[in-house]
Amino acid sequence: MTAADAFSRKKSNTEARSVRILTFKIDDRDVSAREDETILAVARQNNIYIPTLCHLDGLSERGACRLCIVEIKGSPKLVPACVTRGREGIEVITNSERIADYRRKILELIFTERNHVCSVCVSNGHCELQQLAVNLGMTHVHYDYLYPRLAIDASHERFSLDHDRCVLCLRCVRVCDEIEGAHTWDVMKRGINSRVITDLNQPWGSSSTCTGCGKCVQVCPTGALSEKGKSVAEMVKRRQFLPYLQLMRGVDRE
Amino acid sequence: MSKMRIATTWLDGCSGCHMSLLDLDDRLADMAQQIEIVYGPLVDALEFPEAVDVALVEGAVSSDADVKKVRLIRERSKILVSFGDCAVTSNVPAMRNEFRVQEVLQRGYEENVSCHGQIPGVGVPALMPQVRPVHEYVEVDVFLPGCPPPADAIFFLLSELLQGRIPDLTGKSRFGA
Amino acid sequence: MTLSLEELQQIARIEKDRREGFQHRIKICVAAGCLSCQSATLKEAMEKEVSRRGMENWVDVKGVGCLGLCTAGPLVFVEPDGILYQGVKVSDAGPIIESLGAEPIDALHCSTDLPFFARQHKVVLENCGRIDPERIEDYIAEGGYYALYQALRNMTPREVIQEITRGGLRGRGGAGYPTGLKWTTVAKAVNATKYVICNADEGDPGAFMDRSVLESDPHRVLEGMAIAAYAVGAAQGFIYVRAEYPLAVKRLRTAIAHAERLGVLGNGIFNTRFRFDVRVRLGAGAFVCGEETALMASIEGRLGKPRPRPPYPAEYGLWGCPTLINNVETFANVAPIIRNGGAWFAGIGTETSKGTKVFALAGRVNHTGLIEVPMGTMLRDIVFEIGGGIPRGGRFKAVQTGGPSGGCIPEQYLDMPVDYESLAEAGSIMGSGGMIIMDESSCMVDVAKFFMEFCMSESCGKCVPCRVGTTQLYHLLCKITSGAAQPSDLDKIEELCDLVKNTALCGLGQTAPNPVMSTLHYFRDEYTAHIEDKVCPAKACKMQPAKEVV
Repeated sequence: MTAADAFSRKKSNTEARSVRILTFKIDDRDVSAREDETILAVARQNNIYIPTLCHLDGLSERGACRLCIVEIKGSPKLVPACVTRGREGIEVITNSERIADYRRKILELIFTERNHVCSVCVSNGHCELQQLAVNLGMTHVHYDYLYPRLAIDASHERFSLDHDRCVLCLRCVRVCDEIEGAHTWDVMKRGINSRVITDLNQPWGSSSTCTGCGKCVQVCPTGALSEKGKSVAEMVKRRQFLPYLQLMRGVDRE
Repeated sequence: MSKMRIATTWLDGCSGCHMSLLDLDDRLADMAQQIEIVYGPLVDALEFPEAVDVALVEGAVSSDADVKKVRLIRERSKILVSFGDCAVTSNVPAMRNEFRVQEVLQRGYEENVSCHGQIPGVGVPALMPQVRPVHEYVEVDVFLPGCPPPADAIFFLLSELLQGRIPDLTGKSRFGA
Repeated sequence: MTLSLEELQQIARIEKDRREGFQHRIKICVAAGCLSCQSATLKEAMEKEVSRRGMENWVDVKGVGCLGLCTAGPLVFVEPDGILYQGVKVSDAGPIIESLGAEPIDALHCSTDLPFFARQHKVVLENCGRIDPERIEDYIAEGGYYALYQALRNMTPREVIQEITRGGLRGRGGAGYPTGLKWTTVAKAVNATKYVICNADEGDPGAFMDRSVLESDPHRVLEGMAIAAYAVGAAQGFIYVRAEYPLAVKRLRTAIAHAERLGVLGNGIFNTRFRFDVRVRLGAGAFVCGEETALMASIEGRLGKPRPRPPYPAEYGLWGCPTLINNVETFANVAPIIRNGGAWFAGIGTETSKGTKVFALAGRVNHTGLIEVPMGTMLRDIVFEIGGGIPRGGRFKAVQTGGPSGGCIPEQYLDMPVDYESLAEAGSIMGSGGMIIMDESSCMVDVAKFFMEFCMSESCGKCVPCRVGTTQLYHLLCKITSGAAQPSDLDKIEELCDLVKNTALCGLGQTAPNPVMSTLHYFRDEYTAHIEDKVCPAKACKMQPAKEVV
């Protein structure tokens, strides 16, 4: 649970569950929202596209990929739509030239960080990162690629982890902790050296906490986590279970 | 009206993008009235000619010969197209970048051969320390990603260029296949 | 056990009498700077000399906190004669004892009339170098814990906050947020449990203000925290201090134990219903843990990574409770304000920046060390008067303030008053108080690269712009300093600076481009010299032009 979630939850407890309804504008369209809804959630309800990567419905928010940044009229500060709540009367702008430009550059940075060789990836054609490049009109990367030397962990019986394709969205960490309750995944080191790890940086196959449920694989936006035996472009992620989990979390929130 | 002079070339690539170009099939034949392919693996020309209108560059820059070539192409072409993922992102060829050149050569020419292992040294271009995309060496006018770019995207690209427009390729192709 | 005012005064009286009982008092700096040049051995030698001569009853040897002029350590101060000795060696112990009451030793003598001493105005550091940081009685003798008594017994929480607001105190951690406003917000938050946190995770390269305060006068911070806790309605405090400051940690723990024993911390302080406990929490060396949300995560035992704000700690902080976070120096200002009144404090400094500021002078300047000056002191005075100018006739080039979040201020701003607003106008920040002076032998691109490398390795890695953006910036700066850059790389640098500044998640990322942006603004010609002429004007970078291909 993120701080913002917990905060609003606590607030709603003390205020005897009365939730205020707000009206504001997103891209010149009038929208209404419960005060505990994020700008992203309200935008999605109104079919307004805001790109996301670390966000996944049903998991806690991190506000880390910064792709969902939006402008609020009158404020120079950009805010991430996934963790920012609406306020009465504000005007949210989701697609200005400035934002589009920042988003493209952030996406370029993600591509430079690891070795995303789309053409030979198991998730080719089913990858959120690949699709984001199309959606944001990113046809090339004008920063230098970093080409780090990274390992593949194929020690697990059924799954494999390829750091070359990891975008550090930490969906795997969150789903394992918040939904499966195993907390097998976590992240080690910091900055550019951050890596997702299983247990205390042991090979995945020797993890004593992993239940082998595979939720991490299914929520992974790229080909970083995949099922073994899948060849190029064959790894299609199944997310059908998420709405149910979301429902469970909803119950938990009430 | 004079025909649009097109040159195609491949650096460190697999020729897949050229195959995709051929996938234009009869559309290519239709276009033949308006374009002339003046250089490339598909035609018989030894030297990269002067005054090229559009150069389609497939492949990443991998050796000193590639660097020389791509600079020459830039000099002699009005519009340079980074043609396919290898040219745009350096793609598969760049997978050697995590290793030192010597390691790569040893692996390829000594460890993985069954007889007469020997690293070639004479008469072959020297590898650059890293494989890099075309736009890190020369200015690129149009980027057409894809491994390979679909024939439709190539058709759109050429049609737009024939109309004298720099095409907006958003949504026409993507990284990977 | 609780303490009454009479008892407090009695402790002070006894301590003062004890001091008067000695004819000579020798104070040896045992803060980190002097300790590193063997001042602990010096203290032992001095004690031995005294006991060998049987002078224990009239010569008092004690270790004190920072005397300021770190460059000339180990420092020894002799009272009541007021003689300061510099660079004292163990072998000097005997001669110094012998000279007591007679002529001072010329060779070691350091004049206290130096502008370095004369131009300072000590509020935060008033006890530094005067009291023994490991004796609570010494602090009480200087009026310590009287402000706490005053606040608890004679003022309501609201009055305490009003006094702080009247004083115009602003956060000394860097951003300069009005302290009174912050306290009010936490005070207004409705919750049974609230926390007070002292941010002692001082991490800027070259900064040691907080360390010196903690090592030299830890009780001042505890007293400030207790007053703050009373004002906002908290009963539990944490001091988050980096483990790289073992001496500060030790002295803090000693101070807390002494304060608890005396009853100025704990239950029913000064016979009121106010209760306040303080715990020390150690940081494991991550710079980002100085960011408040990361710091709280670390105290809670989670990964020290920032989270998006709002909600702010004032409403949703430690374990979800309203939390007040202030810096060491901010808390150190609290007791004097309560003791002397907000109006007194507001009388020091400038219109918008009240009080004094502690700076750690470092780099190419004659007198490196710790100084405290009123806000609004001219930069020129700090560098040339107090700092004693540039060594070996060098030429001043720039001063870097604010650490990795700050910027470089060039010569034309030397006559600028040092306060929050002026520094911001000049493209830097006050920051926590690091001040690195540079002369013409410093390459500004290299300086920017140094700070970018720091930000890159200290980035927590949570958000993309900071994690990858700082890395890309560092690589680009490396290209420039090695002579491999092209003109287009400069555009990329500017573009990335703008991106990271506007899209990073926390303050660390948002301010990481500052050193690059400010050096680019004032010293662009140095960048272009590296890129176009392939020369480093300061001759600091090893330019190795990339091998021309073909």
